[in-house]
Amino acid sequence: MKVLVPVKRVLDYNVKARVKSDQSGVDLSNVKMSMNPFDEISVEEAVRMQESGTASETIVVSIGPARARETIRTALAMGMDRGIHVQTDEDLEPLAVAKILKAIVDAEGPEIVILGKQAIDNDYGATGPMLAALLDWPQGTFANTIEKNGASLSVKREVDGGLQTVKLELPAVVTTDLRLNEPRYASLPNIMRAKKKPIDAKTPGDYGVDTAPRLKVLKVTEPPARKAGIKVENVAMLVDKLKNEAGVI
Amino acid sequence: MAILIIAEHDNTVLKDATHKTVTAAKAMGGDIDVLVAGKDVEGVSAEAAKIEGVRKVVACDHISLKRQLAESMESVVVDLMDRYDAVLAPDTTTHTNYMPRVAARLDVQQISSVTGVENADTFVRPIYAGNAMAHVQSSDPKKVVTVRTTAFDTTGEGGDADVEAISDPSGPFKAEFVSEELTESDRPELTDANIVISGGRGIGSSENFAIIEALADKLGAAVGASRAAVDAGYVPNDYQVGQTGKSVAPDLYIAIGISGAIQHLAGMKDSRVIVAINKDEDAPIFQIADYGLVADLFKAVPEFTEAV
Repeated sequence: MKVLVPVKRVLDYNVKARVKSDQSGVDLSNVKMSMNPFDEISVEEAVRMQESGTASETIVVSIGPARARETIRTALAMGMDRGIHVQTDEDLEPLAVAKILKAIVDAEGPEIVILGKQAIDNDYGATGPMLAALLDWPQGTFANTIEKNGASLSVKREVDGGLQTVKLELPAVVTTDLRLNEPRYASLPNIMRAKKKPIDAKTPGDYGVDTAPRLKVLKVTEPPARKAGIKVENVAMLVDKLKNEAGVI
Repeated sequence: MAILIIAEHDNTVLKDATHKTVTAAKAMGGDIDVLVAGKDVEGVSAEAAKIEGVRKVVACDHISLKRQLAESMESVVVDLMDRYDAVLAPDTTTHTNYMPRVAARLDVQQISSVTGVENADTFVRPIYAGNAMAHVQSSDPKKVVTVRTTAFDTTGEGGDADVEAISDPSGPFKAEFVSEELTESDRPELTDANIVISGGRGIGSSENFAIIEALADKLGAAVGASRAAVDAGYVPNDYQVGQTGKSVAPDLYIAIGISGAIQHLAGMKDSRVIVAINKDEDAPIFQIADYGLVADLFKAVPEFTEAV
């Protein structure tokens, strides 16, 4: 069984995004970029599936600029078999990404596609379910636990009320939540080994899909700022402020 | 223009997130219908019919919709979209699960978690954990929108809309419900509460969360947590407040033993009053707190509970 994992290179989760002064977007020059944290969890899950004998081949794909290749190398160093890099400098919307991924799924024939539940840059949370719909596959989003039983997949999902388990016919799409696993660090020998693993170089044009944006970004602004508060000395003063100044208790 | 709102409910109770989504739809302008999809939802449909400004309630009552799984919800909503120019749903896990499927089927780009509606095709949405706000204009013929309901006021009652029953979703579907483990609690729901008290890694253990719960019960508050506390196993996943958990905007948010990582702030910084209790005076949470108390939480919180 083949497993496909799409990954995205994003602003590192520890770096605070800065809005550009011309309001054209977020400043990504000279800042640390990393693999989207949810995608690391997807990669880890795929590698574990291979280690347990559930997966026979694991393929990582990234759609992005030249340096997205580094993100693919990271996934290969974590243990995935080979990569596909669809190079573009456009910031593609989830619908366009899902269309390219569908074409890759059609060509590669994986039985499971594992994606992060959202990318922490644009926060759409849309690509996984969009891909599932385009493929007419079932889906298990916000996965906390994944288990393959014969021709079906059991996915325990993190939902607003707690946890929900669904059974999916394969092939299926899964999106990962935080508690699915703890991604490993790549060891030095594995990083060296990853340099020899193949990465296919592609462009969106190779897949013949329409990737034109549907949303026009008019501007990107700073969020409303909170005004600085005060420090209180003790609990009595805090309770007094909350009762008499803020009026919230 | 005709807009379809998808109701948030548990087959028994219509949730206020629905009313807030109606408020967002009103800013777009047009006729507003509400879809209630579930099992045995006569009561929920009757509640939805009372929302002020709703033209009609569309009810789909079928066993395959009992858990509102993505595959069956997609089928119902896509079939209805011939009649509508836009579909809006709250950005809870129920709807964020299938709304992108609807968007893909209609070949449109979903506009996720909007916090502002400028007109029928222009929206404001937080990106980068709310550290930037994107103002986007959609060129798609139909709009598929999820709504960050904490950013909108509720819509009151006073309506008297008709309820139209529609035909069953066309299955079979390739996913089935197996089981659920829901967190039982007598406290208010996190996303609905006037007061939220959250604990972080500083609480130190599952047992120690009792001091948070004692204060919450005294104040009639909901209990939340930071990602660190959930990851450490102190509390279940559905307690998580943040970019990748729940968004809350209560009148009072009390962060206890929470340092204030970017991703946590994303889920609570729109609260009206924020209190932080932390022993580390340099913790970033103090930069956005209205009232900060630098103290040992194990002393301060029981004292707080005693004092209110």
